[in-house]
This record gives sequence, structure tokens and C-alpha cells, in this order.
Amino acid sequence: MVLMGCSAFLAFACISKTPTQKPLDINELTKNQTEVHGTEVKPEDVHLTNPLNAQWVADGKAIYDLKCQACHKLTTEKLVGPGWKGVTQRRKPEWILNFVTNVDMMLDKDPQAQKLLEECLVRMPNQNLTVDEARKVLEFQRSNDGEK
Amino acid sequence: MINKQNQFFKISNLKSNTMAVSSKFLSTITLAAATAAAMFSCKPKGAESAVSGDAASKVYVAPGKYDEFYDFVSGGFNGQMSVYGIPSGRLLKIIPVFSQFPENGWGFSEETKPMLNTSHGFVPWDDLHHIALSETNGEHDGRWVFANGNNTPRIARVDLKSFRTAEIIEIPNSAGNHSSPFITPNSEYVVAGTRFSIPLDNQNGDVPINTYKQNFKGTVSFIHVDSSTGRMNIAFQIRTPGVNFDLARAGKKVSNGWMFFSCYNTEQANTLLEVNASAKDKDFIMAVNWKKAEEYVKAGKGQKETVKYAHNVYDETTHMATSTMENQVLVLDPKDCPDMLYFIPCPKSPHGCDTDPTGEYIVGSGKLAAVIPVFSFTKIQKAIADKAFDGDFDGIPVIKYEAALQGEVQKPGLGPLHTEFDNDGNAYTSMFVSSEIVKWRVKDQKVLDRVPTYYSVGHLSVMGGPTAKPYGKYLIAYNKITKDRYLPTGPELAQSAQLYDISGDKMKMILDFPTVGEPHYAEALPASLIEKNSLKIYKIENNQNPYVSKGEAQTKVVRKGNEIHVYLTAIRSHFTPDNIEGVKMGDVVYFHVTNLEQDWDVPHGFAVKGANNAEILIMPGETQTYKWTPDRVGIFPFYCTDFCSALHQEMQGYIRISPAGSNVPLVWGTNKNPLTNQTASSGPAANQ
Repeated sequence: MVLMGCSAFLAFACISKTPTQKPLDINELTKNQTEVHGTEVKPEDVHLTNPLNAQWVADGKAIYDLKCQACHKLTTEKLVGPGWKGVTQRRKPEWILNFVTNVDMMLDKDPQAQKLLEECLVRMPNQNLTVDEARKVLEFQRSNDGEK
Repeated sequence: MINKQNQFFKISNLKSNTMAVSSKFLSTITLAAATAAAMFSCKPKGAESAVSGDAASKVYVAPGKYDEFYDFVSGGFNGQMSVYGIPSGRLLKIIPVFSQFPENGWGFSEETKPMLNTSHGFVPWDDLHHIALSETNGEHDGRWVFANGNNTPRIARVDLKSFRTAEIIEIPNSAGNHSSPFITPNSEYVVAGTRFSIPLDNQNGDVPINTYKQNFKGTVSFIHVDSSTGRMNIAFQIRTPGVNFDLARAGKKVSNGWMFFSCYNTEQANTLLEVNASAKDKDFIMAVNWKKAEEYVKAGKGQKETVKYAHNVYDETTHMATSTMENQVLVLDPKDCPDMLYFIPCPKSPHGCDTDPTGEYIVGSGKLAAVIPVFSFTKIQKAIADKAFDGDFDGIPVIKYEAALQGEVQKPGLGPLHTEFDNDGNAYTSMFVSSEIVKWRVKDQKVLDRVPTYYSVGHLSVMGGPTAKPYGKYLIAYNKITKDRYLPTGPELAQSAQLYDISGDKMKMILDFPTVGEPHYAEALPASLIEKNSLKIYKIENNQNPYVSKGEAQTKVVRKGNEIHVYLTAIRSHFTPDNIEGVKMGDVVYFHVTNLEQDWDVPHGFAVKGANNAEILIMPGETQTYKWTPDRVGIFPFYCTDFCSALHQEMQGYIRISPAGSNVPLVWGTNKNPLTNQTASSGPAANQ
């Protein structure tokens, strides 16, 4: 039984031996990972401009699909975390960036973040976004809130 | 304070224990009773007296602080490797290597099953004996740790970034892979010698067992390690006379390019070895000039032989193992390759065979010998040049004992097994029968100190002890008998280990800790060589598992004949999909679980009621597959087995199994009725 499962799976495993994309450099991918939660983003670090950067909106949507969508809807409906509709009006941009990239600091210090934890009871996970990636997600949130 | 009666009990207990093992060991040799008595009279008054007052402060690692060394300890018959922090003796991790491990699903998940494939099929257990940390210039480099599977001959490589088994290669033409995986100074090779000689794989093995001398052969294999990837391949095997190879060490510095294997049963016995392999006064250490062997390989002296062995590799981007069956090995026959092998006589049934940090001295530890011989590499070279031989053994020159000998440690104790070194010219030998560690000076073989172990020490390990630059400081004794060391736990006890401070002239016991499985060898290295490189998550963007779901939008359930593939995601604290209907009796379900978390130390678990399998753990960013064959109609819950958040208890789902032939459509979802596609009653709208 076990062996049959094993050999059946080997057949699947063989598919992966001819990757369609360039093989990844495993050493590069698995090298030193420091656990960084970023440094605090200050108000002057974020510049919002219009019209929106269409590329950032698209990139932000892709990041949302992979790392955020499981818990946040794009409506006002709360799932695990709050829905995102209106978030850019409710929060300052640096607050959003810090909550994504410095969640430990926010939950330690920020009363509004602490209030959210009391409501949701799940710590906002560190999804290992860089500040640049978080900025793109913010652009997507602005787009979701109707900005052009 | 322990009362006198109790102390007396301990002494007598220790004595009877010692006697029991010694009679097993010494039944075949005569030992003067007086010597034995003298030995026993050296016994300690009790374990407490061996511990000095400041021991606790030396091993105390305050909460939140880290240990100075990582210690990689073989698990023996559990087929695993355990990792301890030294000096605290805290258990940090168990790494499954040649074993299935229900704790994390290793060898149970579909991705990891191929790691345990062999030419004999799926072999989910083995006997893991020895540890070899990778080296550069004879010093630890903190990249990989190798281990041998003794029973179904295999060598494994564990990656020290992920602390996971990355590769396992089976060794053909081998049985009892004991003298393995000892490593050369630049990790060029790990080796594998046959403990049990046998008719080789492409010979007719259907021969009478008592034709050992004609039909049984040994091999030593040199497995090349790729310097950038660590990938192993069997570079060549050397055919040898049929004997039992026991342990090995690479030459280093002056002796770099040589490998030394201890061997016993030069009597070539095939029954009651306890007696029949203990007849001769001396067996051998086999010296292999592997640089010479490389030249012979280059010159085409090797014969390609048809064999069959599995080579299994785990890929950290697909999170999936592949098993490939190899069918050829290159064999060097010493008859075609002069000056490659030499035998050095060594008293008596040698076990350990250890080279000192300078590479000049090779120490043979004869289990039944009354002395510990120290051989000189320079003298061995001179003996070879002068042809100072005592004939040959099956065509291989035997160097004269005296010509190779530097000196002997006199009256070291009983049952010497293994020797390690510090950086100050001292050697430390474990004495199984007399239960002690003996410290002696390499240059004049003078005994300097001895301390008791509790009880019957097997291997010992000095920090960096087998390298060209030992760190010294601590020594650990891995004991074979535990008896009264800890609170009793029935007939089956944990094995005991003892930590000694060796920084001064006198060795001092400072800690006693139980271990997992049955440790044989262990190697330790400074934490700084590893800790900064330790992997924390698998980046989800780089996940190339063919069954990954990169985000909930990619989750789905696919039917392929009677196979149901569930592409499922896990994130605090729900699965998507978590309601699945339309699966029928006769279907086989594969849950491909992707952990969408990207935070360190947030694994999710997965288990389904009735699965004939373990639970699995899925690390952040990883995909692992759980196979389940439903055995009855009904509703079956599945849930997260790793407490992940405040709502962990809510992290669950249901799969509905209908009768074969049922017309329930295959549907799935989370937070909706999959049959009607209507959203389930949802939580309150956020007012923030």
C-alpha cells in the first residue's frame, strides 16, 4: 500500500524534474534570513500622489491575492480581520504601512491596533512584506477605495 | 546528603554492572584477576562525589540566553539525530533521518516518502550510528551534517540551514554500514565500510555460509560530496578481503589524502564471532591512500559493476523528494592498484581508529587490548618505503607493527573504545568495561587523569574533537547503561550522557542528562557557525510544488479518475476550502496543504479522522500532501493539529463521503454552502 502510494507519487515528482521556468538557485533562496520587522515608517516617508501608479496597483493586488486575501475582504465585511473598504480613509498611510511591516511594534504601542486585536483575537501575522511591497498594497487599497 | 547505605548500594550496583559487561567482553581472553581487582578498586565512591561545588553555575544557561555549542547526537536504533545545546544539555530538536516521524509527518507525507526508498523498497527505519560535520581545511564549516544508516546501508546529509534531511544515498555491495560516514578534511568524501562482509551484489549469493573465505568480500566506498551543493555520488568502491570494518577516520594535515579503517574478524569467522573473531592477538587498521585511488580511477583502473541502489534528494523549493534508482558503481580491485592499501597490525579487535589534530598520530582502540597503540604516520610512510612488511593478507601488504608504532599507552583501563583530542596535545579515551574516561598525553602516551562515567561509556565527544583544531572546553560521555541515574521509568530507560569540564588539568563532571534513542557518536560545534544561517520560513513566492495554492483564489478540488486532489490553504485560523462534498467511496483523497503564513514559527498541522497516516506539519510557505483513503460513508472532520492562534480550535473543516455511484456533485468552499454557492452567515461588518 505504502509503496504504491510512493511510486504513484514518484510519477508526479518526475513532472517537476523538467521545470518550464528557469531553475531556482536554492542556495540563493535559502540563504540567511534575518527576522526583520522593518523600521518604523514616519509620516514624511510616505508620499501619496494622483493619479495612482497603475503598476503598483496591479502588483499590490497580486500581493493581496497571495498574502492578505485569506483574512481581508475588499468590502466592509469582517472576516478574520476587517474588510478593506474605506481603510485608507480610516487610517493614515504610515499607520497602514507600519501595521503591515511592524506589526509587533504596533501591537505593543498603538492603541488603535491594540483595540483591533481585542476585536479580532488573531494577531495580524507578519507576512514578510518589505516596505516597498506594503506601499504597493496601499496603492491597491486606495484604488479599492475609489481613488483614481 | 545521601546516606551511607545508599552510597554503598550504588557502589555495589556499579560493580555488578561492570562485572556483567566485562564477563561478556572478556570471556575469550584471560585477564589476571589481580589486574581486574586493581581496576575496580579505582572505582568512585559514588556519583555525587564526582561532582564539584561550582558545577551548576557552569552549565546554567539563563532563560532567554543561548548555549555555546550545538551538539548533534546520533539516535542509534531510532534512526534519528537529536540536537542538544551545550553546556545546558537542553534538547533543541529531533531530526528524522532514516525514520518516519509522526511529530512532523516526515516519511508520512507524500512529498517525503521517497526519501526512505531503497533498492529493498520503502524502509522507514534504520540504525543511525555516526555523525560527521562538514569540514573545510579540517575545521567545521557548519554547512551539513552526515550520518550513516547501519542496517540497510545508507548515508544521509542533513542541511544545517533547514535542519532537514536533504539527501540519502544507499550503498551497494555493503552490509552493516558501520565505519561511516567519516569525512575528509575538505569534505571531499564521506566513507562507508562493510561491517558484514558478504558475497557482493553481482555475485551469486546462494552459497553455503561457511564458504566465507572464498566467497565473502568487503568494500570501502568513497562518496564524493559536491563542494557547493553538498550533493553526494559514489565516486568509487575499493574491494577488500572479507573482514569486519568497524570505524574510520581521515588523515589530516601531514596525513591528508589517507583514510584509516579499523577492522576485526581477520579470522574470517562466520559463526560465534564473540569467540571465533577474538582468536588472534592482533587485527588490523587498514590505511587507504585515497589520493592514489583517485589516480587509479583517472587512469581507468576501475571496473563498472551492475548494482542497484536508491539515491533520494529533497528539494527545498518544490518541497518534494525524488528517488532515483542508480544501477552502476565503479570498483577498484587492489590487485590492479598497488600502493593503495596497507594493513597495520593492531591489538586486539580494534574499534575506534582516531587521528590526532596534527594528523601525525593514529590511535587504535582494541576492545580487548591491554594497551592503546599510537601509530606514527611518518613511520608508516618510512615502513612502506623500506618495505618493512610482515608478509601480506590476501595480497595486501602488512606493515610490521613495531615499524609503524610510535608508542603504547600502558594500563589505560579496560575496554578502550574511542579517542578524541583537545588542542593542547591531550587525548581522551573512553573505557567501556572500566566505565571511565582516561586522559593521556599524545607525545609520550602518559596517563594524566581518569574520571568515572555512569555507566559503561561508548563514544565520547570533545567539542571539535575529531577536527584539526579542537575547541576543547567540554567532553561528553555517551553511556550504554543508565541503571539508577534518573527516576526509574520501568524496564526501558533513556540513555545517560555526562558532561565534563576539561578546561583544567583534572576532568570534572558538571552535568548528567538523558538522551533520545541510543546515542553512538556525536559532534558539537560553536553555535555561531550555524545560528545566523538558520532558515525561518519558506518564501511563498518561491514555492514550486506542483500542487501549491498561492493564495486562496487558487484553491480547488480536482477529480482525476478516482483520485481527488484538494488544493487547500491554511492561515490563522481557517482552511480554504473547509467544506468539501461529492467525494465517493472508492476515491483516494490527496490534501495538498499550503501554509500561507510568512511568519517564523507559525506551522499549521493537518489531520483527517480515520487516516491510516500520521498528522503532518506544514511550515510557513510550504506545501505538503496528506493521503487519505475514505473507508466508509459519512462526514469526516479535518483540523489543524498545531496550536496556531486564539482561534486554533475553530480551525477545522468537513469532507463528506457519499456512496460509490452517488450523484452528489464535487463542490467545495469556505464560508458558503458549496451546494448552493450561497454565502454562509458571516461575521459582523467591521465598524473600524
